[in-house]
Amino acid sequence: MMRVQLSIRTVLVALCSLSAPPLQAQSAGIPVKNLAWADRLTWGVEGSAASRGGTAPDAGRWLDVQLRAGPGALPPDAQRQVDAMRIVREPMAQLVVEEDSAIRAANALTDPDQRKAARDAYQKDMNALADEARARSILRALYGPDQLREQMTWFWFNHFNVHAPKRDVRAMVGDYEDTIHARALGKFRDLLEATLRHPAMLRYLDNDQNAAGHINENYAREIMELHTMGVGSGYSQQDVQELARILTGVGVDLKPDPPRLKPQWQPLYVRAGLFEFNPARHDFGDKHFLGHDIKGRGFAEVEEALDLIASSPATAHHVSLQIATYFMGDTPPADVVARMEQAFRHSDGDIARVLRAMIGAPAFRASLGTVFKDPAHYAISAVRYAYGDRVILNTQPIVGWLNRMGEGLYNHETPDGYDMRSDAWSGPGQMATRFDIARQIGGGSAGLFRPPGASADQPAFPQLQNALYFGGLGTTLGQPTRDALARATSPQEWNALYLSSPEFMHR
Amino acid sequence: MPPIQRRDLLKGAAAFAPSIVAGRAFAAPQAGSRLLVVFLRGAYDATSIIVPTGSDFYYQSRPTIALARPNPADPKAALPLDGDWSLHPALKESILPLWRQRQIAFVPFAGTDDLSRSHFETQDTIELGQPVGGSRNYGSGFLARLAQMLGRDDRPIAFTDQLPLCFRGDPVPVPNLGLANVGKPIDRRQTAIIESMYGKRGQLAQSVAEGFHVRETVFDTLDQEMKAAGRGAVSSKGFELSARRIGALMRDRFNLAFVDVGGWDTHVSQGNASGYLADRIGELGRGLAGFVDALGARAWGSTTVVVVSEFGRTFRENGDKGTDHGHGSIYWVMGGDVAGGRMAGAQVALSAATLNQARDLPVLTDYRALIGGLVARQYGLSADRMATVFPQARPADLKLV
Repeated sequence: MMRVQLSIRTVLVALCSLSAPPLQAQSAGIPVKNLAWADRLTWGVEGSAASRGGTAPDAGRWLDVQLRAGPGALPPDAQRQVDAMRIVREPMAQLVVEEDSAIRAANALTDPDQRKAARDAYQKDMNALADEARARSILRALYGPDQLREQMTWFWFNHFNVHAPKRDVRAMVGDYEDTIHARALGKFRDLLEATLRHPAMLRYLDNDQNAAGHINENYAREIMELHTMGVGSGYSQQDVQELARILTGVGVDLKPDPPRLKPQWQPLYVRAGLFEFNPARHDFGDKHFLGHDIKGRGFAEVEEALDLIASSPATAHHVSLQIATYFMGDTPPADVVARMEQAFRHSDGDIARVLRAMIGAPAFRASLGTVFKDPAHYAISAVRYAYGDRVILNTQPIVGWLNRMGEGLYNHETPDGYDMRSDAWSGPGQMATRFDIARQIGGGSAGLFRPPGASADQPAFPQLQNALYFGGLGTTLGQPTRDALARATSPQEWNALYLSSPEFMHR
Repeated sequence: MPPIQRRDLLKGAAAFAPSIVAGRAFAAPQAGSRLLVVFLRGAYDATSIIVPTGSDFYYQSRPTIALARPNPADPKAALPLDGDWSLHPALKESILPLWRQRQIAFVPFAGTDDLSRSHFETQDTIELGQPVGGSRNYGSGFLARLAQMLGRDDRPIAFTDQLPLCFRGDPVPVPNLGLANVGKPIDRRQTAIIESMYGKRGQLAQSVAEGFHVRETVFDTLDQEMKAAGRGAVSSKGFELSARRIGALMRDRFNLAFVDVGGWDTHVSQGNASGYLADRIGELGRGLAGFVDALGARAWGSTTVVVVSEFGRTFRENGDKGTDHGHGSIYWVMGGDVAGGRMAGAQVALSAATLNQARDLPVLTDYRALIGGLVARQYGLSADRMATVFPQARPADLKLV
């Protein structure tokens, strides 16, 4: 076998090749000094033997390309799986309307058995739509060339969390994630409004039921408390109530035609897909919000309120702190957060600039390898490391592992999202579960190469003792881990131990 | 060799590894008390379960979802507890016998002073057990503080997939383990190799050692239980299965435990004597009765179970035959030594005028005072020691244990 140091390559080095000018091929693969960068800036260091050109992840040119590039294409074997999905072939609005008709028709059936069968079919379809979105999300994390965007997509989804099982969110969640994916490195203000205009969010936090005279504060409160300024940052209960009034009439409409409106309201009606702003449900009174008078005049009030919120220093701080916690761990250094805040304020909330401010900080480099992986990073990084660019055929095992570890995709019920603190994931029972999963991943193909509907996996084995390992990664391990690996009596056991090591638990 | 204590043990987890895997670490508690906290997440509709059947206002407020007044001829009617209150008929075989044996008390008008009516905020409030209004320390839950104070005698565990907030912050990590799927532990050789990679110091090393240790303990206990219960045992699932397992494990392995049960957020079509909520509460009741059975009479005598929920629901039903987020709830306190068979704590006659903010039950017994009072009596802890568990809360002595 021709595996020696010189043949080490990695897809990581080619991450930028799709949207950037061709870069010099690098013959030695990922240098040891870049391994830690790769583990932090991507979903996990990855050791495929593909001979592609590019630069290894670091805070220099690689980062420039990552921050500039738009969403890149998946490798063909992954893209084929995505292309076959219903969530890709049909627009979200159509999916939601079709499924809504299906459940209405089911409920109208008089025969109880038929009704039950039709309802079950509806539930199956809805679950399949959410499952497709999960599969695409995992494929993107594993193989997407724009790895920083992929990580930020997970982060922002969690930041603007929705829970798939609520109402008809399952049919919307794929598009919601796509909406975030496209804006994950853009302006915060745009991302905020994109989530506000998405039916998944409006359903999840009940703003579709917020109308003049029937105020529902749920979404208004979470915008302030979780999405932007942060709890205790100086806004008042009065501000929440005023924002709720501003948000009256912002909702979801599945009907093809606009509602009948008084002539003076017709120009104020807004409709984009399932999103609508209905003036008939809006409170047109004047509002006083965050110290500003907002003239009652329709959806323009929402724009004005979002401008105020997004430009608030509290938002710059809260969002920067959240990003820093996600990448740097429980207590990110205050000076790094301050640097990010400054970048946020000076760039009108440009997320790429905020990330650059963080990654460029000396403390960021010093923190490499010290952050405890949350379950998503654990599972995705294990599969990336084990199989490199050999595309898996079934994402279901990963969905299952994430559920077992308590961080299932789109599965967090409350709007606060999954906890980013390490002690939420490193409890004794959780460590024991990780070691189980390490054995499953290390022991064989684990269902990852079983095409949907097939009864057996295609031949595959996780090559953890691979070129990357012998090319330098092995030298980064501590002595206790090397001693432990030396005691392995089979490749399966070696894999399980490697994936159980403290080094692999951190990024 | 004297019994090894959890806190001593974990100082040198790896050094003691052979003892851990031999399962000796959790020697049976000599005469200790046991406490299980059951959290009904989602805010259960308390007044559909412990029903104020003596109140005309209740029937006015709930035209479609009220439970019928006690009537021996009607199997759908609520079952009388005292002149004012009755029990949901789905609890006839499970909880009513405990009431008759005076082993369960209900504490109406119980809850927090958190008026956010937000599930997650109020659940956090309860789990943290810190004064409302101050800045929150998410790294310090009340059961972790209790475990820490009990020191050498504690054997805590959360029967949950994730470590809940209430058990976070103990310098000696509290184990957690979901009981729905207890896998066979990794063999001892691999366990020892993995532990060797984590060394002896630090939270993560302790967490790893404790994780193996608990898995082995739980697996051994349940394995014995399953063999013993093989003959004629009803196969149960969901909370019933978990609760039986908790009973077996708390008999002689663990003495301070937490479990949560979800699915109580009944905004729509909650039903009355039958329906969604009746099914949920029936399962909960059977689970708790199974817990008592699995625990055994002797251990039950020194065990207290507290059932809490983040808040109650609106006293009036909503337009969807359900109920919305409210305030005061009704907590349960049960145990072999509990002075039960009564409604405990302050009460107020139910009327439109006595409702909190004209929509829900007021809180007359604070959860910190209630649990603090119970714990203080059960473990014989002084007020100043309780102040570390529930700062700025005065324990209420309802003479329940």
